[in-house]
Amino acid sequence: MSSIISNLAPLRRQRIAQGLRRGATALLAALVVAGCAGSPEPPVAGAPPRLRLITTQQYVNTLSHIFGPSVTLDMKFPPLQRTSGLLENGAARAGVTASQLEQFQRAAAGVATQVVNEGHRSFLIPCKPGDEKTADKACATAFLTRVGRLLHRRALTASEVDMYVGQAGAAADQVKDFYTGLGIALEAMLISPEVLFIVEKGEPDPQRSGKQRLDAYSLASRLSFFLWDAGPDDHILKAAASGELQTPKGRARVVDMMLASPRLKDGMRAFFDDMFAFDDFDTLSKDPTVYPSFTGVTVADAREQTLRTAIDQLIVKNKDYRDLYTTRSTFISPSLAALYNLPAVPGWEPYEFPANSPREGMLTQISFLAVHAHPGRSSPTRRGKALRELLLCQTVPPPPPNVDFSALENPDAHYKTQRERVAVHLKNPTCAGCHKIMDPMGLALENFDGAGRFRATEAGAPIDRSGSLDGKKFADVAGLAQALHDSPALPSCLVSRMYSYGSGGPTAPSDRPLLQYLNTSFAAQGYKIHDLLRTIALGTAFSQVTRSKKGPVPADDKADGTPPPRTQQTTLNLH
Amino acid sequence: MSKLSRRRVLRGMLNGSAVTVALPFLNCFLNSNGTALASGAALPVRYGTWGWGLGMNSGIFVPKKLGAGYDLPEEIAMLAPVREHINLITNTQAFRDNYQNLCHYTGWVISRTGSAPKDNKDIPGETIDVTIANQIGRSTRFKSLTATATGDVRSTYSYDNVNTPNAPEWSPLQFYTRLFGPEFPDPNATTFTPDPHVMARRSVLSGVMGQTKGLMREAGAEDRARLDQYFTGLRHLEQQFQQRLEKPQPIAACHRVQAIDKDPPMGMDADAVALRHKMMTDLLVMAVACDQTRVFNMAYSNASAVTIKPGYEKPHHTDTHEEPVDQKVGYQPNASWFTRRAMESWGYFVDAFAKIKEGDGTLLDNVFICATTDHGYARVHSLDGMPQFTAGRAGGRVKTGLHIDAANTAGTRLGYTALRVMGVDTPSWGVNSNNTSKELGELLA
Repeated sequence: MSSIISNLAPLRRQRIAQGLRRGATALLAALVVAGCAGSPEPPVAGAPPRLRLITTQQYVNTLSHIFGPSVTLDMKFPPLQRTSGLLENGAARAGVTASQLEQFQRAAAGVATQVVNEGHRSFLIPCKPGDEKTADKACATAFLTRVGRLLHRRALTASEVDMYVGQAGAAADQVKDFYTGLGIALEAMLISPEVLFIVEKGEPDPQRSGKQRLDAYSLASRLSFFLWDAGPDDHILKAAASGELQTPKGRARVVDMMLASPRLKDGMRAFFDDMFAFDDFDTLSKDPTVYPSFTGVTVADAREQTLRTAIDQLIVKNKDYRDLYTTRSTFISPSLAALYNLPAVPGWEPYEFPANSPREGMLTQISFLAVHAHPGRSSPTRRGKALRELLLCQTVPPPPPNVDFSALENPDAHYKTQRERVAVHLKNPTCAGCHKIMDPMGLALENFDGAGRFRATEAGAPIDRSGSLDGKKFADVAGLAQALHDSPALPSCLVSRMYSYGSGGPTAPSDRPLLQYLNTSFAAQGYKIHDLLRTIALGTAFSQVTRSKKGPVPADDKADGTPPPRTQQTTLNLH
Repeated sequence: MSKLSRRRVLRGMLNGSAVTVALPFLNCFLNSNGTALASGAALPVRYGTWGWGLGMNSGIFVPKKLGAGYDLPEEIAMLAPVREHINLITNTQAFRDNYQNLCHYTGWVISRTGSAPKDNKDIPGETIDVTIANQIGRSTRFKSLTATATGDVRSTYSYDNVNTPNAPEWSPLQFYTRLFGPEFPDPNATTFTPDPHVMARRSVLSGVMGQTKGLMREAGAEDRARLDQYFTGLRHLEQQFQQRLEKPQPIAACHRVQAIDKDPPMGMDADAVALRHKMMTDLLVMAVACDQTRVFNMAYSNASAVTIKPGYEKPHHTDTHEEPVDQKVGYQPNASWFTRRAMESWGYFVDAFAKIKEGDGTLLDNVFICATTDHGYARVHSLDGMPQFTAGRAGGRVKTGLHIDAANTAGTRLGYTALRVMGVDTPSWGVNSNNTSKELGELLA
């Protein structure tokens, strides 16, 4: 049976394997789904193995998994540069400045000091030295080998173990304290390039002659950072070390284990936080004279509300992704209750907006409404632009430099509503081209002010909530939510972002057949995130790489401070 | 002591238990008149940048009179106290060549890199502060320091390369801790305790460097360049550790600033920005005075500044495009209000350096600061008529108190002048139409 399965297309293979585990009914269903998908996973050109800079959250999650909750991980490194819609895509291009490395070192020292202090050593270090005043090779080896494997995301080589243990010993002798020496070796490990960078390596693919695939440890890391936003745990590393991860059955077992883990929530929170560009919350503030109830707590809670909603709907309840934009289910906190004009709640509480409420779907949550607005007023244009770019993966061109603002600047004009103001854009042919694809959606959200509060009128004038999206007209925000829900670009954007996020770099034009395949299977599977994650994680493309493009190796490989050569940004718009 | 190296003495001490060494403030650490470091070297000349967004209104910004004693129109009237410390260069131009005029981007990128960007993700080379830091910043605790008043870690005009921005310090509390926290090597401390942990930390870096070299041998060309940059960072870290093992030379101008125990409120209203700018400036100035760095950058705002005027619905950038020109006064009143707030902070920045006594003069006498923006007239995204400032006398190499008309020549002349003033030997600076080998000769002493 296994040989038959191995000859089938990946999606069919996955489905059959899944069916074998779940029984004959599931097998039949899987075959039907595979049949709907219609074709095997198309081949991709692939990209070279990547060298990705770890993000703050990935570093924190990894350390938290290794050392537990009692170690304080208060650190924040500079953000990556958003590339092709995702911060994570910037990780494969980001460099580390001297200033950044200094921050990494300070964070590493803080963590290492805690791990070896008297409050933690008894349960974080698996042995006790014979004499605390001097080096202890055996105990240092036990600790550094175990922790080093998890931090490096692979087993340490014998020479690496010797190096770290030697460092711990030398430092212990120097300062006359075993634990301090151990902490200094751990500190060095925490800023190792193989810890701060997620290093991928390729190897010949025995199943496909002439092709390369990620080696087992690299695949383990790619899967783990994709699904958990953290390094692989002991279980995954064992599967990599044994070779199990490189077999279809073993990989499926590991992926299913990861999908069933509570850590999946962390992984998907990180993904949606990135896709929705919630890093904008880090600097969001409103004019307190206009929106006095919009505070720093509101900012944090608005971000949290949408992430909680997304995780609950898509991961916990495994609902259709598109329903995120029409659901009335969410969570409310005390500070948000005031803005939503709801009775006070003691803490975070599940909440269902009633059927007659204008709040329907993510677009009507304060997160979307407030971030994509001005500090003192709403902005149909910003909201429409965000909808296009973040949720539909479309690119709105920047405004031309020679815009004629004369109509808007007419000092005699008196525009009561935003609709009247933005209508001016549409009178100018230069502006109209772009504003037509932004404003009509944003105007449907005009019942919500710049802080996301409901309003029926603006400056005494009633608000017209009508709008359109790609030719589909609607009378109010419920119509916008439904139009967005039904837009084919909505799920295909998620698929593109998800694949890009998981594989660690922007998609290329040659990936279009693969994305189409993923779109088809996502639709056949009812737009369920779990299934999409599984399809991506088990696909051949996910683990396929090309050979590294090696340049000439410098005669002297010592860095001399010469600035890196300029690299090209890739900006793709597949939709 | 001169025959026996300081490092050897300290290493000897560290072989035993940690000891505290009393090193009194001796006359031998200063030269006779306070104009040079104890080693006899002249006081260092430092370089800085200051950035603001959205240009100005030429009718009320550009002085009528050229040269010394120039008038201060209403939009820069607040610069009166520092007029003699600065130069104002007006009527400069940024050439976009075949590329688009990328709104609020092309202008400042040309000013800082000498080259026009091809798109709004492009940084076509290292920024000028990085070039100068590579020349003069390698011996200090920090190669350069970058700060912003916006509270946004993304607000920077400093890039090592397109993929590596120099993220700014955005939190006064964190900036204080980094500069003057427990690791601050107070040059005027009466005692010095070499920390044996630091020597151990320095030692283990060699292993990390070895790992990096190993990775570099296996990496592709682009990744190798990134690892090379990381390796340079390790070298700098090693140097920082080494410096902490050596008693720094006393510096009379250096004083520990008042401790900051919490950050000011977040927010982009002009008062909040001004307060943050003041706090960051005070820290930055003392870091320079204490010779913690010789290159520094301050961003008052992003190019598309989102500073707000409380109670007024349009932030600065939006306002420049949507506010009608008041026909009575001939400009956009609120847009000018924002520019005036920026100029107040520029004045504060300059004055903060001027207040620090150093040698026979002030710290400002030994710095050269270049201030640039993104447009001339932001309302129409103009790349001509762009204003620039300099501040400081660069150790006597630069004259101040002048208004210079650049006659619509390349704004990169200021960058080229800065490179020459700071000792970077280059025949020209800039790419294509922005290339220049012509200094702003009027301001050279």
